[in-house]
Amino acid sequence: MIEVKNLTKHYGDKKAVNNISFTVEDGEILGFLGPNGAGKSTTMNMLTGYISSTSGSALINGVDILDDPIKAKANIGYLPEIPPLYVDMTVKAYLNFIFDLKKCKLPRKSHLKDVCDLCRITDVSDRIIKHLSKGYKQRVGLAQALVGNPPVLILDEPTVGLDPKQIIEIRNLIKKLGKNHTVILSSHILSEVQAVCDRVIIINKGQVAADDTEANLSKKVSNDHRLILRIEGDRNAIVAELKKISGMKYVRAEMEREAGVYEYEVEAKEGIDVRRDINKICTANGWPILMMQSAELTLEDIFLKITMGEGIEHLSPAGADRKTVKKIEKQLPPDTKITFEPESKDGGNK
Amino acid sequence: MGAIFRRELGSFFSSSIAYVFLASFYLVSGYFFCNLTLGNASSDMSGMFSSLLLIIVVLIPILTMKSFSEEKRQKTDQGLLTAPVSLGGIVLGKYFAVVVMYIMGISIVFLYALVLSYFGDVAWNMVVANYFALLLLGCAFISVGMMISSLTENQIVAAVVSFFALLFMYLLDVIASYVKFEFLADVLNSLSYFNKFYEFTCGLFNLTSVLYYISTAVIFNFLTIRIFERRRWS
Repeated sequence: MIEVKNLTKHYGDKKAVNNISFTVEDGEILGFLGPNGAGKSTTMNMLTGYISSTSGSALINGVDILDDPIKAKANIGYLPEIPPLYVDMTVKAYLNFIFDLKKCKLPRKSHLKDVCDLCRITDVSDRIIKHLSKGYKQRVGLAQALVGNPPVLILDEPTVGLDPKQIIEIRNLIKKLGKNHTVILSSHILSEVQAVCDRVIIINKGQVAADDTEANLSKKVSNDHRLILRIEGDRNAIVAELKKISGMKYVRAEMEREAGVYEYEVEAKEGIDVRRDINKICTANGWPILMMQSAELTLEDIFLKITMGEGIEHLSPAGADRKTVKKIEKQLPPDTKITFEPESKDGGNK
Repeated sequence: MGAIFRRELGSFFSSSIAYVFLASFYLVSGYFFCNLTLGNASSDMSGMFSSLLLIIVVLIPILTMKSFSEEKRQKTDQGLLTAPVSLGGIVLGKYFAVVVMYIMGISIVFLYALVLSYFGDVAWNMVVANYFALLLLGCAFISVGMMISSLTENQIVAAVVSFFALLFMYLLDVIASYVKFEFLADVLNSLSYFNKFYEFTCGLFNLTSVLYYISTAVIFNFLTIRIFERRRWS
């Protein structure tokens, strides 16, 4: 169990982490979510005793990390953002070193074999870490955290640099570990947190912006009736016509996806289904509808809504990317067209 | 501490540092032995011992340069500092690994003494006392080099700064001879590492010198620990 009370870290005048409090129960997987520089890693570094807090306390299984660091650290398996690997050692030698470093009491051979099997690094155990791929290095880093079977696992962006298949493997592994470990996992990949975690804490500018289960978070931000459309035809005319539909809250043209095909975001008043009306208008005007999908509110939207405040009145998947493009478009001469394909954020394995 | 010690010692041999250090130490000490002892047809090894002092000023930075700087650069220090080990354990584990490397180097003098014993009488207690002094002086110098290594992320910077720091310590009595103020010159002279070492090579076993070397090592190791402590709190 992890108890964090009013944890604060100042770097000079800058408050990297400001008064964070939360509790993680045994067997819970907590997702730490936040944009880069939000204070995720700083918080984790404080929890693991790598840096000290300016004020506040962090209790790992009832032991304060600053009062009795050695006892507290013995309960933690930590995978930092950059795995602490000695690249000139073989995987086996390195894990043996970690085993000694953590003063493990478990039977060495069988325990290390279990860890290697779990992280699927048995086949590379005799290779020098320097020569391993990024994915394997990350897995060795995870194995290092698992050595000694610590009850608390703190994983800082564990899937960074892995290919989609490996990401799924690691996620499944974390889920499995979550059954008998307390896990804190940080990520800026929203789908990851959605896929793995029981609970989500969103950190923004060093503060807890939200702390709830994923399901509750989705409920909190009302899911209005929104659609995303791709229609071929004159942009301005389409917007003008769609706006005429009764109950329509707004229509917004997004960027051009194909030649002459624009994407539109529309939102109707709650409880009003505008799909048939849209279809009717488009058919009447000879504008083929190439795509229509409901813009369900994802964790990403919630995340943006929370971290960016009320300034955003409409959200959609990959909304942030589109926003950036809009900003760039404004700065460019009006004729310039930007072709933009938002990359799939989770490597296409949601 | 044991785990860190073993890993550190292993890493000297898995990188080329151990071989470079040992080879250059054996080469240069062998040269001095041939030239100053065998060449003079003397069984007195003290000339070689006092020359070795300059060699360790050059070679110790090679051993200490990467001890902390490389950890910091590769971010492996994060693994050590979040492991259930005390800071003292980390610093001393690394320190003793370097000391053992150093001992492997300087112990060659016994081989030289053995060679010499075929040609004449060797004052064995002198050799042992000299060896002991060289060992203690090395322990002091290593602690300085390691502290400097803990201040930087760059091995080369650590090596160069350590070299000049050790050179300064080595030359304290020379610097003292240029100092006009008598008081200051006295202070520098009494701090001189070379003067104390020279006493040993003359056959004087001075407990003050022994304590001086040991306390230097203790102080600089303590400073290294404090540097880590401070970094955590800043």
